[in-house]
Amino acid sequence: MKKPFAITLDPGSSLANHTGSWRTERPVYVDRLPPCNHACPAGEDIQGWLYHAEGGEYRKAWESLMKNNPFPAIMGRVCYHPCEGACNRGKLDESVGIHAVERFLGDEAIRRRWLPEVTAEPSGRHVLVVGSGPSGLSCAYHLRLMGHQVVIMEAESRAGGMMRYGIPQYRLPRDVLDAEISRIASMGVEIRLNAKVADIMDVIEGYDAAFLAVGAHIAKRAYIPAGDASRIIDAVSLLHGMEENSATLLGKRVVVYGGGNTAIDAARTAKRLGAEEPLIVYRRTRERMPAHESELQEAIEEGIRFKWLSTVKRMEEGSITVEKMILDDAGFPQPTGEFETIGADSLVLALGQESELDLLKSVPDIETANGSVKVDSSMMTNHPGIFAGGDMVPSEKTVTAGIGHGKKAARNIDAWLRNEKFSPPEKHEIASFDMLNTWYYSDAPKIRQKALDLARRQSTFEEVIHGLSEENALFEARRCLSCGNCFECDNCYGVCPDNAVIKLGPGSRFRFNYDFCKGCGLCAAECPCGAIQMVPESI
Amino acid sequence: MSLQPVKFYQTGTFTVGNRLLDESLRTVQANMQRTNSLNSGHRACQGCGEALGARYAIDAAMRATKNRVIATNATGCLEVFSTPYPETSWQIPWMHSVFGNAASVATGIAAALKVKKKSDVRVIAQGGDGGTTDIGFACLSGMFERNDDVLYLCYDNEAYMNTGVQRSSATPPGARTATTPAVGIHPGNAFGTGKNLPLIAMAHQIPYVATASVANLHDLEAKVEKAMGICGARYIHIYVPCPLGWGSSPSDTIKVARLAVETGLFPLFEAEHGEIVSRIPIRNKVPVEEYLKLQKRFAHLFGEDRSAIAMIQEIADRNIRKFGLEEA
Amino acid sequence: MLQQIEGSRAIACGIALCRPEVVCAYPITPQTHIVEALSEMVRTGELENCEYINVESEFAALSVAIGASSAGARSYTATASQGLLYMAEAVYNAGGLGLPIVMTIGNRAIGAPINIWNDHSDSMALRDAGWIQLYAETNQEALDLHIQAFKLAEALSCPVMVCVDGFILTHAYEQIEIPEAGKVDAFLPPFDPVQVLDCMDPVSIGAMVGPEAFMEVRYLQHYKQLRALEMIPEIAKEFSEQFGRDSGGLARPYRIADAETVVVALGSVNGTVKDVVDEMREEGHLIGSLCVVSFRPFPLMEVRACLENSRRVVVLEKSFSVGLGGPLSDGVRKSLSGIALRGYTVIAGLGGRAITKKSLKGIFAKAEMDELELLNFLDLDHEIVARQIMRERETRRSGPIAENLLKSIGTVASRIA
Repeated sequence: MKKPFAITLDPGSSLANHTGSWRTERPVYVDRLPPCNHACPAGEDIQGWLYHAEGGEYRKAWESLMKNNPFPAIMGRVCYHPCEGACNRGKLDESVGIHAVERFLGDEAIRRRWLPEVTAEPSGRHVLVVGSGPSGLSCAYHLRLMGHQVVIMEAESRAGGMMRYGIPQYRLPRDVLDAEISRIASMGVEIRLNAKVADIMDVIEGYDAAFLAVGAHIAKRAYIPAGDASRIIDAVSLLHGMEENSATLLGKRVVVYGGGNTAIDAARTAKRLGAEEPLIVYRRTRERMPAHESELQEAIEEGIRFKWLSTVKRMEEGSITVEKMILDDAGFPQPTGEFETIGADSLVLALGQESELDLLKSVPDIETANGSVKVDSSMMTNHPGIFAGGDMVPSEKTVTAGIGHGKKAARNIDAWLRNEKFSPPEKHEIASFDMLNTWYYSDAPKIRQKALDLARRQSTFEEVIHGLSEENALFEARRCLSCGNCFECDNCYGVCPDNAVIKLGPGSRFRFNYDFCKGCGLCAAECPCGAIQMVPESI
Repeated sequence: MSLQPVKFYQTGTFTVGNRLLDESLRTVQANMQRTNSLNSGHRACQGCGEALGARYAIDAAMRATKNRVIATNATGCLEVFSTPYPETSWQIPWMHSVFGNAASVATGIAAALKVKKKSDVRVIAQGGDGGTTDIGFACLSGMFERNDDVLYLCYDNEAYMNTGVQRSSATPPGARTATTPAVGIHPGNAFGTGKNLPLIAMAHQIPYVATASVANLHDLEAKVEKAMGICGARYIHIYVPCPLGWGSSPSDTIKVARLAVETGLFPLFEAEHGEIVSRIPIRNKVPVEEYLKLQKRFAHLFGEDRSAIAMIQEIADRNIRKFGLEEA
Repeated sequence: MLQQIEGSRAIACGIALCRPEVVCAYPITPQTHIVEALSEMVRTGELENCEYINVESEFAALSVAIGASSAGARSYTATASQGLLYMAEAVYNAGGLGLPIVMTIGNRAIGAPINIWNDHSDSMALRDAGWIQLYAETNQEALDLHIQAFKLAEALSCPVMVCVDGFILTHAYEQIEIPEAGKVDAFLPPFDPVQVLDCMDPVSIGAMVGPEAFMEVRYLQHYKQLRALEMIPEIAKEFSEQFGRDSGGLARPYRIADAETVVVALGSVNGTVKDVVDEMREEGHLIGSLCVVSFRPFPLMEVRACLENSRRVVVLEKSFSVGLGGPLSDGVRKSLSGIALRGYTVIAGLGGRAITKKSLKGIFAKAEMDELELLNFLDLDHEIVARQIMRERETRRSGPIAENLLKSIGTVASRIA
């Protein structure tokens, strides 16, 4: 076409006009730290593995999860999921059921016999792990992935620590536990059972480093005057006995003293053993009870009763006497002098646990306090090369924290073995709720996991909470808002009035074309997950 | 626990695309091969709603017609920022004649195509609210009345922005413009004035009339696609915020548009042959203050006397009732 | 084929022979029978492959033609008077975009006062819009000019107005030769546009052009008209060869060889002028006339060549530039730059006032004696004008209007005085 001068123009010729020069702020893609990841004691990249699960890529999701945690099936059941408490979706409708998806992935891995691959070159270094609880196993797993030879010494006849001897079967079926432990063994971690370490210095010979994770198996006691015929036992023994097939005879009327998760486990176990209406006596109020709300709920459903603001003063045959308490201004319970007698065949004490630290007795420069070992930020005790973690160091005593300790210790041990210092990668800014544009997320209620019917819950040790079907796991995964991390929703690509966002294709995200970006900030404002930041231009 | 079909996506259906959605359910704008009918390098202000709306609509029309679109354009911002000599941002055959005749020029093109037996090529006329509701109104009404085979797209930014923000008959009550200054007893644009062009278009009984917003891309594209499948006169009124004229932040363009819908001030609906056949229900109803406060053109309404805001709320409430925007 | 036919209908036949693809019209403000006839021809199928669009205004009519032409269709519309002014913006636009639209102007006056009769005020108002303007002397020429106009417009990519005197030509029944379709097809090839809206080769038409290139665009528009000065005679010659009669061209002299006085005029009035010339020649006057066909472009050299040997020129204008004179006179004067001869402008026939041979003869005779003013008004009723002027003068200078009215009626005057 011979075009008339000036009035008729060639298509798209405005590309010659670089409007990027108008800009005073430039958008940049960022990866912010999702609050779930931030809250996870095991340091899981939750958003990261949910991303794969959302796409139905469960194997990939599981592998991603396994980078931080070798026990998805266990964690999906027993973790109190602080991630869900932090989840931004909770401010929108309800938090994502992260634990349920995690459990689904874990179960899927067991069902399909997925195994982690050890790809690291053998380092030739040997590490001793004492204790095969979550912390010890986790540490061994990570060390193994890094190419080290690991031996675990376990005092009990079976591995698992508190996961086996503290958590009842109805919360954690043993086939699941066994499957995830045996996966670690299959990676080449040697687990020596019935190998109690009396003195670490006796066995450390031949190892380049040691990680101690013996847990806290000694029940704390309280002095309670009791008659000869009174049955007082501790919860640790009760739960341990369940695993040894030596169920304690508790009678019909069981009182559990304490307010933690162990108290609840003890009461629910008692119920299953035939106690009619186990009673939990706790010196403070329900709000101040350390037990997890979901555990409490399940216990109430099963018929567990509670007596708040009460301390057990003494036990006689067939009854206990409790004193009514009152909370002072600081929230501490104070005696009132009012007493009450309650019928009880047995009293189970669940007043906390401490560690047996005998094995450290000949380590010269170890420091302990309140039944715990002191460690530095690299999980190392004062004795070089000896690291410790899990319930035996001061911390939140949960499986998840233990798993986190194991990973952290492994990384530090690995660095220490190379005469280096492990420095964790710098944490990104947290993707807080106000950084999100939640308009773009559909309303989608959380999926409730099915539960075992009540009659069977009260009489058997079958698992109470059921897993999600694949369809529901997928749905739940897709409720994730992907806080702070691009999930390729194409919003930035779509909303740019200047076509200054270049789409790089599936999995490759986007790139800004600063030749044309005028810096209006629409992309950042309309990014659902807060993965774009506006940065002032230096003008 | 009842099974829920896996149709829910992390982002629902509200984002532009989503890797998890079937290709056919993603927007045209999510496509790497979208036409970018309005190319980079145009001279629209930062965060221009009209530039966005035009690309959304024309790209959608291009996909619907397998790239057989010819467009006309009334004088106005879009025309000026897209085609200053020696560069044009348009990648489609495009024509600008004068301010008031975009609809007629389109009629002429459609007639020519009919004679030339190029029935696969479709014609779109585009104009701002001034070029549509005021100076181009006669030509538009004529095009409607004759049921010419033209889709008219009005990009409504509620005033004459190109010439310095003067009032048009689409300027909302209370808004400050250069010709309705925020002074006197009744500052801003007078209440009880203005015209609702979508309803006027419906009164012509044309095959298709719709309202759309840059804040709801899926809906906008669906409407354009539907319109492209219909012969005869069609009208889509697209709400496009103007950061410059409205005194809103360029980064708030879509937010402002979204709030216009969520307050009920800009109902999204479609009508066939003069009858409303669908509407987009409000997802989260929002008081009009939320919408007004983002825009300096309404800043004077937030003084001691808030009665004007109450009157605007009444307009929104009436829309919600009239168009049934709260029905599921 | 020779037919006794109304001018409008004859023009419509001519348009139909040009095979327009889009015809659009607003029915009245005012309109001629041309579009009515075309509408019928499209309905009956006599005119095939043509979209006839009945629009809501003259502005829309030309706008539709602009769109159609841009999309590669041969486009036509017709208008007159107020309607032409209502489309003025689009007239300039079509000129600026160089769209080869052909438009008939059935010349008529422009209000106020409202008036539906013939003069050239309408087309003269749009003389600078970048269109070629051809003025028909007869209905035969009107028909022929349309055929030539399409050829010219499409060759140059420039719109053409064919100006035909309203009523005098458009509503007159005459014997007119309607050409054969085959001959018109041979003369006028199918429309091959210079620029077209095409999905296969997209362009943006109608860009905003700033100070850096606007002058050049305008100059190039002027250049097209300069080219038209060459092409109009060529096309007229070719037409003459094909159809066996002379029509069009830039300007046609009549008996000017030894003329001392030459009358210059546009359009149908040339017929009357020629009659008067003949009569005066019989009486021994050395008088001739020049019919200007192409007013835009204005054929300066041709007009000069026809006038340079005379002693005086009388420009007979059917249009009046209020406050100055006549637009045709401006062109004539420019063509005579450097030549000393007397020039008179006679404004005639405004609003349909009959131009009689008697009046023309009288004014030409006065011209020959150089008794004319520079600007003259044919058959102006000086008495009415003078009375009104006097009254306005008096009214303005003395007392209240009511009293003046009483005074002028003659009652009570003596008592008040």
